[in-house]
Amino acid sequence: MGSVDRIAEPWGTRTPYGSGGEWPVRVDTRLDDGLGEADVDRWVQSATILHSNGDGLDIAVKAGRIVGVRGRAVDRVNRGRLGPKDLFGYQANNSPDRLTTPLIRRDGELVETDWETAMTAVAGRTKELLAERGPSAVGFYTTGQLFLEEYYTLALIGHGGIGTNHMDGNTRLCTATAAEALKESFASDGQPGSYTDIDHADVIALYGHNMAETQTVLWTRILDRLAGPNPPQVICVDPRRTPVAAAATVHLAPKPGTNLALVNALLHEIIANDLIDRDYIDRHTVGYDELEKQVADCDPDWAAAVCDVPAGDIRDAARILGQAERLLSTVLQGFYQSHQATAASVQVNNINLVRGMLGKPGCGILQMNGQPTAQNTRECGADGDLPGFRNWANDQHVSDLAKVWNVEPAQIPHYSEPTHLMQMMRYVEDGSIRFLYVSGTNPAVSLPELGRIREILSQERLFLVVQDIFLSETAQLADVVLPAATWGEKTGTFTNADRTVHLSDKAVDPPGQARADLDIFIDYARRLDLKDKDGQPLVKWTDAEGAFEGWKRCSAGRPCDYTGLTYEKLRGGSGIQWPCNDEHPDGTERIYLDGEFWSSPSYCESYGKDLLTGAPLDPVEYKAMNPSGKAVLKAAEYLPPHEPPTPEYPYLLITGRTLYHFHTRTKTGRVPQLQSAAPDVWVEMSALDTEQLGWSEGDRLRVSTPRESVEARLRISSIRPSTLFLPFHYGYWDAADGDHHRAANELTITDWDPASKQPLFKSAAARVERISLGDGPSAAPTTTGSKPFAHGSVPDTRGGAQAMVTEQLAGEESRQ
Amino acid sequence: MSDKVGMAIAELHSAENDLAAELLHASQRHKADHDIFYLGRDLARWSQEHVRELAAHGKNYGVELDAEPEDDTTLVAMIRQKSSELIGRRHDPALLLLRDLREIHRKAAGVSLDWEILAQTAQALKDDELLSLSMKCHPQTLRQMRWANAMLKSNAAQVMVTP
Repeated sequence: MGSVDRIAEPWGTRTPYGSGGEWPVRVDTRLDDGLGEADVDRWVQSATILHSNGDGLDIAVKAGRIVGVRGRAVDRVNRGRLGPKDLFGYQANNSPDRLTTPLIRRDGELVETDWETAMTAVAGRTKELLAERGPSAVGFYTTGQLFLEEYYTLALIGHGGIGTNHMDGNTRLCTATAAEALKESFASDGQPGSYTDIDHADVIALYGHNMAETQTVLWTRILDRLAGPNPPQVICVDPRRTPVAAAATVHLAPKPGTNLALVNALLHEIIANDLIDRDYIDRHTVGYDELEKQVADCDPDWAAAVCDVPAGDIRDAARILGQAERLLSTVLQGFYQSHQATAASVQVNNINLVRGMLGKPGCGILQMNGQPTAQNTRECGADGDLPGFRNWANDQHVSDLAKVWNVEPAQIPHYSEPTHLMQMMRYVEDGSIRFLYVSGTNPAVSLPELGRIREILSQERLFLVVQDIFLSETAQLADVVLPAATWGEKTGTFTNADRTVHLSDKAVDPPGQARADLDIFIDYARRLDLKDKDGQPLVKWTDAEGAFEGWKRCSAGRPCDYTGLTYEKLRGGSGIQWPCNDEHPDGTERIYLDGEFWSSPSYCESYGKDLLTGAPLDPVEYKAMNPSGKAVLKAAEYLPPHEPPTPEYPYLLITGRTLYHFHTRTKTGRVPQLQSAAPDVWVEMSALDTEQLGWSEGDRLRVSTPRESVEARLRISSIRPSTLFLPFHYGYWDAADGDHHRAANELTITDWDPASKQPLFKSAAARVERISLGDGPSAAPTTTGSKPFAHGSVPDTRGGAQAMVTEQLAGEESRQ
Repeated sequence: MSDKVGMAIAELHSAENDLAAELLHASQRHKADHDIFYLGRDLARWSQEHVRELAAHGKNYGVELDAEPEDDTTLVAMIRQKSSELIGRRHDPALLLLRDLREIHRKAAGVSLDWEILAQTAQALKDDELLSLSMKCHPQTLRQMRWANAMLKSNAAQVMVTP
């Protein structure tokens, strides 16, 4: 049993293990200062929600209040471990500035009101607009942080009840490309990998995936493999020298916007050196000839010139990938939020496919998620998909869904793909959407080109509803604010990036009059008097378990089959991976065994798109291309980015997250340990650039793009030259002044990937100037990708006494 | 015979120039519709590349064609772009978007047929160079067409149904 400063040591104590071994248990516990386990009244089962990893944990409750957390040793995902955000983040629930009553705008000001008044206004405006302008005037923008039951209910209300096509989640900003890349290669969403592939892999390749910061516990698993016998080789693609890059065998740091050129070159090398699995390709894929042709000219020398990466490094990486016996590939925002996002992510799938590396231990692909419940937003159809991975372009699927919901098929809009968020914002801008219901997300800080977004959301003609737990920057613009309950204050399930479903039980009551999102949605449906085709209430449940049972019926027979799960089954043990049904009562660790896919024309979720234009394939084209349901090898040519550097804007700006914060810091910014680890915005530049300019750590800089400017203090890091990095967490709710020069998204461009429609946050040309000299180092952490270039130049990030966490290794005696 | 082939190449050269211009016009007119703005420019580049290739190939049939695609970055275009940002807040211009997409589709369809003609001719003449040019360029034309069709499909309902 040890006590560790988990701000200073985010990944905690090593528990080394070897290839094919079982990851040892290490139970992390954090309780409010002065409390021991004996003081806890009860432990309530849940999982983590400040990232996408889905680590099982128990919530400690004392006197009706959350007082701590403990990792669940029994859980397959984390085997007892927790990350810094989970260990300290629970304190945000107890913040004194939680929203506790509904607010309504009167004479330009938000004032407190009661639920009856607030909901009457929300439902009333919806009904007025439906009568005057029809369902196309109504839009919903939700999140990746509610529970499955809530998304499914919202999808039913929007698609089946109101009949609008305008529903999306903020998953559009983080995992839309993950889903799209899977749909392009496998014609269906669903992770082909499992976290346990880390236990077996001999090569792990991370593409634009700073796992050490985005999924700390998963990275801990890799660190433990690296510390054990037969460690895997690690390939890292990232323009920054992240902790992943530091641990990598080969680190490729491409110029932002050139990922596709780089991955095409890796494929070129693998094919040219005949490191492909011809038998697997022939039996289980279509499209190989096109791929071979597309990458034929993409040799490492060509890519070296495009990407500014040494050709020798590309060859080394390709050799390691090509000779891997058990290859695990993971992808995240470095690809998803960059130019040609889907095209590049699909090429990662292609590497595993041409090498036949799928469906076996250690052989997997994780097109990762960015949020804890993003998978559910996608499964349940709250994000621009139809529920149950149904295909909007397949009439049979729509009829089937209509049957589940007992509505007419024509009630469910399916004349085109559900409207993606950026298009919805455009429709709000042009006034054709006049009611926008935002739940659990903060577009006024998280969307690109914030000046535009603020203008759009502030329009008089728009009725904006915001359902949240704090008065976020977006809530401040709302006409009605609905106070919601959050994790620990309501019951529901959610699913992580490797298909593991966890139950999260209610531990305490929400503050004041705050209500569970599910209860608010059901109330809304009741007030709209939504009915099925027999005149019965459309939403047939009144609580979370009822919604879960409803969802099970909807998921039956689809890839994300939940029919074998119950709340009871999820209580007590580990999370369980879908599909879970009669055939797989204990869940399914790996899918796509023996080259079997969900891609037959009648079953698949998507017929795919043109990766460059985004034009969907029609059913006939798809059937001709892939009649027998194989994987699809899809090729794409590299195109130059839309906003290249110019003499006026000579740098490339990328944005991203840091280990200690989540999104716009609505929770983590209110947690002392996390806030003091990364208290304010910074900008990273390379030592090469700053040396030429004569700038020093901590200098105050102004970063400008053709849109706006942001002020931040300089961290001289090991980022590649001519590249700037800004963390995107810092908005205005706790800013020192009222002007808009802090949020990274003031600078970002309104542009999105043609296939996944994910905004391209890592794709702006910028210039930078010094405003004033610094009087000390910037606020950037030293433990992460923002580590200073010069060792010892900045004091180490530490949490001190308030950040101590108990770690109990397997075999050690429990304290009790 | 080579006169006719030369004429067909010249015809297509002009049609590709026209299609590129149409894509660029649409891009500039609909700057507030960001996917039209960026994709319009990306897809125009294909047609501009076709113009260059056709000019090079025209020499084989004695036709002198300008290898440089017509340029659209004139002051007039800049003004059009500014005004499109201003009208972006009104809904009616969305009808103009549908019209522009229809026009792109129509022009791309014409270009597509012209490539069919050249491909058939190349096969009959056993002109491998011309055939491989058609096989390289024609699929891109079809993708331009499908894009216009897809954009029209995803926008039509909202444009037409909301008042």
